Parts: sequence; C-alpha cells; structure tokens
Amino acid sequence: MTDLNKLKFTKTHEWVRFDGQKVVVGITAHAQQEISDVVFVELPKIGKKVPQAAEAAVVESVKAAFSIYAPVSGTVVQVNEKLAKDPGAVNRSPYEEGWIFVLEPSNASQDTPLMTHEQYESFVQGEAAPA
Amino acid sequence: MSDTSIVRERPETSPQPTPHSPGRLLEPLLNQLGKPGRRAFVLPKLDVPAAPLEKLLPADLIRREPVPLPEVSERDLVKHYMRLAHLNFSGETNFYPLGSCTMKYNPKVNEEIAGLAGFAKVHPYTPDEGAQGILKLLFELEEQFKEILGMDAVTLQPAAGAHGELTALLMAKAYHAAQHKPRHKVVVPDSAHGTNPASAALCGFDVVEVKSTTRGRASVQELKAAISEDVAVFMMTNPNTLGLFEEDVVEIAKLVHQKGGLMYLDGANMNALLGICRAGDMGFDMVHVNIHKTFSIPHGSGGPGGGPVGVKSHLKPFLPGPIIVQEKSAYRLVSPGPSSIGRVRSFFGNTGALVRAYAYIKALGKEGLRRVSEGAILNANYLKALLKGVYPIPVDETCMHEFVASAAQTKSAYGIKAMDIAKRLLDYGFYAPTICFPLIVEEALMIEPSETESKEVLESFAAALIAIAEEAKNFPQKVKGAPHRMPVTRLDEVLAAREPNVRWRTGA
Amino acid sequence: MEFVPITTEDKQAMLRKIGVGSMEKLLECVPKSVPRADLKMPAGLSEPELIRLAEELAARNVTTKSHVSFLGAGSYEHFISSVVRYIFSRGEFLTAYTPYQPEASQGTLQAMYEFQSLLCDLTGMDAANASLYEGGSALAEACILALRETERTKLVVARGVHPEHRQTLKTYLQQIGTEIVELEARDGVSDSKKAAAQIDSKTAAVVVQIPNAFGCIEPVRELEKLAHQNGALFIVAVNPISLGVLQSPGSYGADIVVGEGQSLGTDLLYGGPYLGLFACREKFIRKIPGRIVGMTRDAHGRRGFVLTLQTREQHIRRAKATSNICTNEAMMALAAAVYLGSLGKEGFRDVAVQNLRKAHHCFDRVTKIPGIRPLFQAPFFNEFAVSLPVDPEEVNRRLMKAGFLGGFPLKRWDPQLADGYLIAVTEARSKEQIDRFAAALQEAIK
Repeated sequence: MTDLNKLKFTKTHEWVRFDGQKVVVGITAHAQQEISDVVFVELPKIGKKVPQAAEAAVVESVKAAFSIYAPVSGTVVQVNEKLAKDPGAVNRSPYEEGWIFVLEPSNASQDTPLMTHEQYESFVQGEAAPA
Repeated sequence: MSDTSIVRERPETSPQPTPHSPGRLLEPLLNQLGKPGRRAFVLPKLDVPAAPLEKLLPADLIRREPVPLPEVSERDLVKHYMRLAHLNFSGETNFYPLGSCTMKYNPKVNEEIAGLAGFAKVHPYTPDEGAQGILKLLFELEEQFKEILGMDAVTLQPAAGAHGELTALLMAKAYHAAQHKPRHKVVVPDSAHGTNPASAALCGFDVVEVKSTTRGRASVQELKAAISEDVAVFMMTNPNTLGLFEEDVVEIAKLVHQKGGLMYLDGANMNALLGICRAGDMGFDMVHVNIHKTFSIPHGSGGPGGGPVGVKSHLKPFLPGPIIVQEKSAYRLVSPGPSSIGRVRSFFGNTGALVRAYAYIKALGKEGLRRVSEGAILNANYLKALLKGVYPIPVDETCMHEFVASAAQTKSAYGIKAMDIAKRLLDYGFYAPTICFPLIVEEALMIEPSETESKEVLESFAAALIAIAEEAKNFPQKVKGAPHRMPVTRLDEVLAAREPNVRWRTGA
Repeated sequence: MEFVPITTEDKQAMLRKIGVGSMEKLLECVPKSVPRADLKMPAGLSEPELIRLAEELAARNVTTKSHVSFLGAGSYEHFISSVVRYIFSRGEFLTAYTPYQPEASQGTLQAMYEFQSLLCDLTGMDAANASLYEGGSALAEACILALRETERTKLVVARGVHPEHRQTLKTYLQQIGTEIVELEARDGVSDSKKAAAQIDSKTAAVVVQIPNAFGCIEPVRELEKLAHQNGALFIVAVNPISLGVLQSPGSYGADIVVGEGQSLGTDLLYGGPYLGLFACREKFIRKIPGRIVGMTRDAHGRRGFVLTLQTREQHIRRAKATSNICTNEAMMALAAAVYLGSLGKEGFRDVAVQNLRKAHHCFDRVTKIPGIRPLFQAPFFNEFAVSLPVDPEEVNRRLMKAGFLGGFPLKRWDPQLADGYLIAVTEARSKEQIDRFAAALQEAIK
C-alpha cells in the first residue's frame, strides 16, 4: 500500500509521486469515487509539453468527462498503456496500478507548490466535488 | 407500446455467449435470421447485354465475394421489424413530457402530403421550370417563417437545430470579418443546451459561460462583465431552459448591440411564443427553429429534423445557398452572392421534412398558431400546479411551456435520484421527462407537456409522479430497481463504454 | 385543423387550479417591453382544403413517375421495396424519441445497431455511427477527425469528389486555416503520378470518391499507398450501391469511409432528408462524431442495446465535443437497413450488376449518335459523361417535352465543362426506355 504521506496533491485532485528525476501522476481515491466507473482514459502523447495546470489527460465515465491537469510544468515521458484495456484500474487502485502518466518536470520557478496529504484531506473536507 | 407480454422470446438459437450477450434474446439480430437462398425483393430480369464485369471494371477492384448481407424472406423481414417496433415507446402511443423536445402530436395528414409523388419523387437537380410547385412551397415557407419570427430572410438549408446554430455562427463570423473587426468569443448562459457551446467551438470561437441569476434568468450584471468588443455573439434561449421568459431580453439586446455584438436566439422553445411575440421584435439578429419540435414533424427516433435560420437584413448577404427568388409568378434557384458563407450541405435542404412543416403552418393559420402556444403554456402551468409540494420547483414562478422540478430532496432523504424516478415512470407507461438538464438545477426534471395532451393525461401523469414520490419514501427499492415492466431492466452502460461492441461480426 | 384538445370547460378548470382568472394573466410573464405579435397570416385550412392545396402544388413538379429519368449527379432513383415504406411509416419508429432511455427504445437501438453492422459489412470497416446529416457534412466530419488525429493542416482532395460535398467541406473548415489542395486530374480521374508530388508529410488526409462525381472509377490503390507512405489518413467517399460490384474500401486500406446513403432506400425528396454515412477503423472509434449504439446486457443477463461512447457528444462534452451534432437521420438509416435486408446478399449484387450493365448499354447507344462523344475513357459504374454538340440545358428542355428527365448539364458544376452532360442509368431503367432515350437524344441535338 502506498504511503500517502509520501505523495503530494493538487486542488484538482491529482496526486504526485517524485521518482528521481521523474514525477508520476494519478487521481486520488476521492476523485475516482466522484467520477464513479471509469470507462476510458485519454492519455497524453509522449513528448507533449504541459505547463502547470494545463489539461494533460481526460478520464471518462459513462456520463461525464473529467480533465486531469499537469501538477507541475514538464514534458510527458511515459503513459500507462494498461489503462486502455483496464480503465477500471483507476477506480480499483488509484495510487498504484491506476497511475496515468509520468512527467519530466521543467522545474519552472513560477509553479505553485503542491499540498501535503494532510493539507489535501482538509481541502477535501471543505469542498463538494471535483471540477 | 403494446403489452410486453405479447413479445415472446423466439425459440431460435442464441449465438455464442459473449460478455455482452450471455443470455436469451428478445429478438434475434437480422443476420441471425437469414438462410442462404432466401430473399425478399426480386428485380425484373436483366434485359441488356450481360457483358462480363472484367470488361467493364478494373480487375483489381472487382468484388470477388458478395457482401455478406442477411438473406431473409419478406415475411421474416417484416416480422423482424414489427417485433422491434413493439419494443418501443413512441409519441403516438405514450406521453412524452420531455422538456425542450416538444413531443407534440404529429399530424397524419403531413405524412400523406409528404408522400405525394409530386414532392417525394422530384430530383434535386430538376430544372427550375419542372419544380415550380416545390419552389413555390419552399418560398412560401420562408415567408411564413419570416412573419412568425419577425426576421427579414430565412435559410431552409440546415438539417437540424445544431446545424442551424453552426450556420448562424458562421454567418456571424463572416459578418464581423466583413466589418474588418474579427471577434473571437461567443457568450452563452450556463443554462444553455450543449449544442450551443459545441457549435461555437466548431466555428473556432472561444466559449464564455456566464452564470444565471437566482431566478434562473440570464444575468444582466454577469453579461455586462463579459461583454466586450471581442464578443461576436450572445446566444440565448427564450424562454430559457428553465421554461422561464427572459424578462431582460430587450435590455440585454441593447447591451450587446452597443458593443457591436449580435444576438442569437436558440429557438428550441419556440412552442411558447407562436403568435405571442417574435424573435426579431425582442432584438435578436438571428434565430433558428426546430421543425421536429415546434412545427410538428415526427421525431423519427432521433432524426431527420430541420433547423431553418432566420436573420435580419444586415446578415442577409452571408446566407448559405442556393437561394429561391421569385420573378413575377415563377421561382428560380440562384447562387448566393460573394459574401455568402457557402454551402452547409449538399442539395437544397431536408425538403421532405420541410413539406410537413409547411402543411402544419397552413393547417393552423394565424389563430391556430397562437392556440398552440397558449395551450402549451396553460398545460404546463396546470401540470405544475398539480405537482405543487411534491417535487420542489427551484424557480417557482409562472412558467411558459415547460418547467423544471428538482429531485434533490428525494435524493438526500431517500437516495432516490431523478434517473430512478425516470425509470419508474416507464413502468407507469409514461416516457420520462428530460433529466439532469439544465445543469444549473440539481437532479433536474424538465417537464414539457405540449399543447396536444388532454387534461386527463396531465392528471394521470401527475398522479404517477405523486405515487412515485410515495414509493420513494415507503418502498424505495421499487424505484431504485425500476423499470420492472419493460423488455429489459437497466442496462450496463459501463460495459458498453469500456468494451464497445458497435457491430455484429458475421461468421463470428 | 385542430390538434389542441383543451375545451372551454377544461380551460376554466385549469385556470382555477392554477389560481389565475384568465390566460392573459398567465401571459403577464412576458414583460411590456416586448412588443406583442400580430401575425399577418391567413386563417388555417381544414384537412380537405390542405390536401387539395398540396396536390395542386405537387402536380406542378416533374417527377420520376411523370418522366423517365436519366438524372443522377449524387441523387439516384432506385427500386425500393414496399416493405421499406411500410416500416418507415410505422409510428413506433417514426414518432419515437431519441433513444436516451434505452429500456423504452430497444426497437430503435437494435435497428440502429443492425444498420451500423450492415454499413461495416458493406465498407469493410470496424465501426460506424448511426448516421450524419448527408454526404457533404459527413465528409467534413471525417476531414476534421483526420486533422485532429494527425495534427497536420493540409488536405489533398480529388477533383472527383462531389462539388457540393467539397463546398460543404470548405464551409466547415474556413476558420481552421486548413490548406485544401486539389489532386491533378487526367481523363476524369485523379492523376496518381502527379499526386506523388502533392501528397507529403504535411498532409492530414487524402480524400477520394469512388465512383467519383463524373461516374468514373478512381485509382484508389495508388492513392492509398501515397497517403500511408506519408503518414496521412485515407478517406474514401462511396456510392454504397457500387459496393455490390466494387471491393470494399476496407480491403484497399481506407481509414474512414463516408458517403451519401440516399440510394439505400430513400426517395429523391428534392434533396433531403438524406443519409450521411460514416464508418472507420477500430482505432478511431472514440473519435467518431454523432450517436453510436452499442450492445450490452441488463441485470438479468439479457442482451440489450444503449447509446454508448456518449462522452464524445455535445450533451456531455459541450465545447469539447467531437462535433455539435444532436438530431441525426435515424429514419433514413432505418430505411437503409430495411432496404439492404429486402435485397439480401444476392439481391444487392444483382442491383449493382444491373446498374453497371444498363449504364454501359446506354453508353454504347448514346456514343454511337453522331456528334456525341464520351468525355472520359476511364471505367465507370452507373454514370458517364459525354459532350453534346448543342447546349445541354436546351437539349433537356426538348427531352422534357418528350417525357424524359435528361442528364445533368456539367456546367452547373463547372462552367469550363460547357458541353458536358452526365447521364445516370440505374436498375430502374428498362432496355426499352434506354433505347427510346437514345433516339430522343438524337432528335434533341439536331
């Protein structure tokens, strides 16, 4: 089980795991619950440059489509191809099997800092549903 | 819909079980019914030389294996489609209180008229002198729409409402470009129908959504903040998607025009305004109507439709072509001028559908049109009154032809959502109202009875909704597990989206 | 005519329940700032009067019943089984709503699934939608998909694509800044040798129609190679009837197949409603515009059908939708499915073969007439172009007096083809009609 205290979080319900020079991104347990059954994940193209908070991927349920935003500025270097056959992994295992993409951060100085797990939990308490 | 007990399952063999069809079938697929050697339609025998195909076509493009179409007898073909027909609710047999869809009665005389050979069997490229009847009808239809909408010109080309929106937005874009002031934004209220932002995006505009007021109207304040010289169009629906008349429309039009923008009316709710007030008189520069809503043509299980667009004279040069002109008592099709946005489709338009709309307007005349809207408004307010206290109505004022109730309380008290109520209504023999739209109301139920329903039907519908409200409290499982009396229960939409199966595999 | 059932008594009771004294009170929600309408329109007609008016207007038109037609150019007269008309007229389909509540719409949904399947079988594609408006907008949607998928900005389009479809494409793309290049043509079809220079790594898609608007068979295999060598998509627009004798575009590498489906069971209708066909390879399934029906099961394991992949559509994605289409041409798709079912495997092939052979018989007769020569040498299906020594529109006036609806004067598409004349011959023409037409044509060019 992932230690959530080792992750960072965004206000748009993405989690971030720092892995050497890379950054792994997925959506939180709270987000997947709000979205309900994921039917498809539209993955970004490898090499795509995304500024912080730009749309990087889309997660679809039967009834709605949800934008997944880049938590930090960077370039997409890897995507979770397994989600093509098994989109439900995002629901079942949002922090492990359900990771979505990996960024090589550009360490832009204008990136706003991310939240800790504790800060994210308080943020969710005070909020209704993801965007 | 006929009693579902008549639809017996066939003894024919089921195909191999797959995730999508492990069980028995209501009606086999067409390709499961055939047998080699059977056929329905037989052609007259070939009476010209039977030259070999190799002499006539490039050898590497000649089809070697016939297309694997099903081989069924005429009897089995008819039986198949009639059994499918029996699985449907339809406007003819059931009440459809669908907000924004105006599921009114579709007059049968329209079918008779549309089926006349003199309309149905006319080629779109017939020389004008051989199409005078059709051209006269279409020209007069344009005149009728001009009068009803208060516009200076009409195009009948768009094949649907969304197509009409696209056409109008392309015209707006061309208009602003011609002023040498290209504009990039389109403003829509947050209550707008999804086709509004989708059409705007397709035209290359940036879409700006503005919040509605607590009374569900377009907010003059919000609009003042959003309006600028970069806004090409403000798209409005009036009455809006809550069924409420936009009281500030005249002031809003002034605001938009002051900044050089254009006003567009999404005329999906025109059923409330016929003979009462006109788009042009409210300050709109452009408007589309849906002939498969207000103008009685059948909904066709999803289509065809028609989305005529009316415009004021300053937009006339940008209309798509071809255009009908009248010269003395003859009619001709001509190409539009150089400022036209061009064609939005091949040939003239959905003439077969437009003929029905023409017949309807002719059948009603001046008084009949007004009676339609008055009847629609009376029926909606009556139904609203019958449901008082049962489901809260977020903006509880006199409505026009439709109103929006909310199942939010039922959801929080008993866990019963709008979707559950909709499914339970099917068990009572009613099609559901529009649910979960507009997005600004939680668990919305958008109810539009239309003017062709009798008082008795409205009362039985209200009784059903009231009964379901009781069930929600005392027997929630009945509602949550609905529908119980339909050919199928709730279907697995997640499976359908995760593993799309959109065609049979012959021989599989 | 009267369709509103509200009686005076009903009205009083309803107003009482609502709590207002009159209809005018209800209409007070329309503010005084909005002028009231006073429509300048005649009174309504009774049903007999309406029918008489309609019949009188209908009688003023030349039809395929009153005249023997050799007019095609994108809209064709075919025999249509009476079963098609019967099923089309059934209120259970005609007056049903879009199948958003699938439990109440299994008839419609299964019929659409079957249509999608039949279209895939015809075209050799993996997926199809439940219809678009007509051939022109279907082509535009296919091109928009290609532009988005490849992220390129150039389209290479054959001159033989129906001019009105090309015009529609231009209208749809005018604001995207797409470069549209026309393939060089030779002898009525695309010049594949010159095409090599025109198709490059900036090309999003190569678009060709087969048979093309002039009836000719295009060099599709060569064009496919060029498209894919350059990483472009290959979009093929078809006349679906021709697929009875021609190979499916899927077999020669098409990525997307579009077309005008009117010839599958829909009448001429003076141009519409028609049927936009759209089918494609599996990999594009989530990019397809319009409604799609998918198979699934219910809680008891019964097979059923639903609208699926709806998150592409306007009612969910709104500004980010793949297209803006909502209403489609469901009834025409139903007619097409019933039409194909009425013909079956053998019948569909028969229709195509008869079209081919009758058109060639007519070609032989007509090109033997002194003064008339074929415009192109390319092979053709059920339409061919000739040049006439007399103005084609004048020829048609003369032919109309003799009871014929003549071919299409090509100058209406291209002023440079002033003597061009496009003759269509389907299975609906008998040898006797064809021979009489040739004789009348010979008279008409004197």
